[in-house]
Amino acid sequence: MLTLECPYCGVKADETELAPGGEAHLKRHGPGSTDEEFDGYLFARKNPKGVHFERWRHAYGCGKWFLAARCTATLEVFGTYPAQSTKPPVDLQARIKLKRPGWEGYK
Amino acid sequence: MAMKRYSVFAIAREAMSYHMGWQRAWAAPQPRKKYDAVIVGAGGHGLATAYYLGKNFGLTNVAIIEKGWLGGGNTGRNTTIIRSNYLQDPSAAIYEKARSLYETMSQDLNYNVMFSPRGLLMLGQTEHEVRGYKRTVHANNLQGVETRWIEPAEVKRLVPIMNIEGPRYPVLGALYQARGGTARHDAVAWGYARACSAMGMDVIQQCEVTGIRSAGGKVAGIDTTKGAIDCDKLGLVVAGHSSVLAELAGFRLPIESLALQAMVSEPIKPCMDVVVMANTVHGYMSQSDKGEMVIGGGTDGFNNYTQRGSFHHIEETVRALVETFPMISRLKNLRQWGGIVDMTGDRSPLISKTPVDGIFVNCGWGTGGFKSIPGSGWAMAELMARGHSPLAEEFSMYRFREGRFIDESVAAGVAH
Repeated sequence: MLTLECPYCGVKADETELAPGGEAHLKRHGPGSTDEEFDGYLFARKNPKGVHFERWRHAYGCGKWFLAARCTATLEVFGTYPAQSTKPPVDLQARIKLKRPGWEGYK
Repeated sequence: MAMKRYSVFAIAREAMSYHMGWQRAWAAPQPRKKYDAVIVGAGGHGLATAYYLGKNFGLTNVAIIEKGWLGGGNTGRNTTIIRSNYLQDPSAAIYEKARSLYETMSQDLNYNVMFSPRGLLMLGQTEHEVRGYKRTVHANNLQGVETRWIEPAEVKRLVPIMNIEGPRYPVLGALYQARGGTARHDAVAWGYARACSAMGMDVIQQCEVTGIRSAGGKVAGIDTTKGAIDCDKLGLVVAGHSSVLAELAGFRLPIESLALQAMVSEPIKPCMDVVVMANTVHGYMSQSDKGEMVIGGGTDGFNNYTQRGSFHHIEETVRALVETFPMISRLKNLRQWGGIVDMTGDRSPLISKTPVDGIFVNCGWGTGGFKSIPGSGWAMAELMARGHSPLAEEFSMYRFREGRFIDESVAAGVAH
């Protein structure tokens, strides 16, 4: 079972305690954007086979949203961090790069 | 390659020589340098696409490229249910086309796919569900899909092992499709592969696509672990890995990959000769010809490529079904497996042109892939050969941008 550590309350939570929320760090395109940008924001997902940054909610715990870095091919969790981050923390990216030398980096 | 027909006479003839004379069902060629069309993915959908390219449009200079083995993805991992009782017109059209092609598939392919139109029930267990299914019945009647609403007494007559009295979720009736049912999933892939091979197409297994080449916005070919292959048209039919292939081709799809799992019990004597879907409690069940109870549930909610399930989903599915089928509480679970399904925003597939000229995608079938194989191949072949297909028209990947969703939350008979 997938276990993620909530960065707020520090609880190591099983996936039954959590609600998945899809890809993280989406750039919101709203009024004034092109149709393509808005379509991309709403629907086009990276959906990578490998390192994935995603949103989770500690639904049956503190109830807060947080972010996680996880490998979709192995379910290995690299780390979790607060939802207020606009991009993955540098030290987390470095840790991922150590474990996945072939990873092209966050973009 | 020339195929000998399968028949009762062939069995008798081969019996004379101790069954040593059977030929390979399909050839195992090495890829050539160039094809008119290349299909990536030798599962049901990819093989059906190739088959109808040949059968309906005479296009036989075709290769079907497969990373693993033939039918080893979702074609071999589903619960083999076939139905077409969808709400929206475009869905009903393509799923009913598929269902009708299943009726004659064994004869068309000269391969026994064991299509068993045993009837299919979708239980109404809440007042809202009852209203929803009655609406679907009305829609189906207008669409020419034969379904009807049946009352609890008839449900009990069709499925004596069912407890229709609750306590939590009494059975209030069911949406009944008498010509829905099951088929042998592997045989569908094998039958199409044999027919494709007989038309002179190359089915190439153990060959992974490592790159997609295009020039001037038009597809030029693919790079594979067995060398470069040029093609005029490229069909990506790789459910589960659609986003990975799209990334190679340089565009994104409105798709996320999720794990869907199923399980079978130990084999028991015949006890249920219809397919039952119970959507409120997230489970569906049928009995295989071997006697196993085949049970499916919902998907995981997070992106996943691991082709394995999670224990809590098994528990959730079985816990729910035990109330409606008390007798299964004593059954041993024989095995459990997972497959990776493409999920789109509206739970309907993509059969579409793409930003790269000459590249077509057929994916996003979510939890409803197996039942749609022949209809999907039919429409995809027409789209690839003619650039236009009435069945595929509504399933363009650009429908999300244009706001023309085909909202099918009923696709698996579970709330995804």
